[in-house]
Amino acid sequence: MEAPAVIFYVLASIALLAAVMVIWSRNVVHSAIYLVLTFLCVAAVYVLLRAEFVAAVQVLVYAGGIVVLFLFVIMLVSLQDTLGPRIRLHATVSGILGATVVGLILYVYSRGPLATERLLSVPPEDSAGNLQSIGQALYRDFVLPFEIASILLLVAMIGAIVLAHQKH
Amino acid sequence: MPVPPNHVLVFSLLLFAVGVLGVLTRRNAIVILMSIELMMNAANVNFIMFSQRLHDLAGQVFSVFTIAVAAGEVAVGLAIVLALFRNRDTVYVDEVHIMKG
Repeated sequence: MEAPAVIFYVLASIALLAAVMVIWSRNVVHSAIYLVLTFLCVAAVYVLLRAEFVAAVQVLVYAGGIVVLFLFVIMLVSLQDTLGPRIRLHATVSGILGATVVGLILYVYSRGPLATERLLSVPPEDSAGNLQSIGQALYRDFVLPFEIASILLLVAMIGAIVLAHQKH
Repeated sequence: MPVPPNHVLVFSLLLFAVGVLGVLTRRNAIVILMSIELMMNAANVNFIMFSQRLHDLAGQVFSVFTIAVAAGEVAVGLAIVLALFRNRDTVYVDEVHIMKG
């Protein structure tokens, strides 16, 4: 097994363990820190998949921005979370059903052409670099969605300010 | 990367399943928002994997849009949590049932 494959499996295991700890730990601050670990491991997987720009955006926006927002709200709202996950009877039944569905999907994954081929590690044919290609795609083929995304962010910002604004 | 694509798909499937589990079992609204972020990350992993496999940049562009939507969603969601805490003094979703019929 080559080194990138080993790195991928290690990163995926760490990301999954950290994701489980996000929903398992009772302290919300610990959840946020494990969330950072998950985001960083997923960003490293993006680098392995040759999506360097998305990896950088992931680190900047998720690990840098969103988690800080979470930590601010945690500090504003409550310090300790004493209620852990709650698993009751109907949760157990639906868990068994969900595990069956996951098993079916795994079975389908293990049979198709996706199981036999390998992801190539050669760069794409336009070797201008990931950042330049994405910039050209964003501003040439996806201009309208790009502008709509900016309007969406503006609306979300105004909505967050209106919702969180303290009225006296 | 000499990894079969379905292993990346399994990774994203398990990440998504952990997110669903968090949304369904946790009662703290902040942790529920974190689980939604986990699910969005799982979807992004799929986008990036197929973008690499099909040599098509549209997947990466889409994941950038997903990240933008996730940022907006988490800002509005946390503002809702904050307003909820101001008005009802709780962040536990099973103590909030004003819209229950």
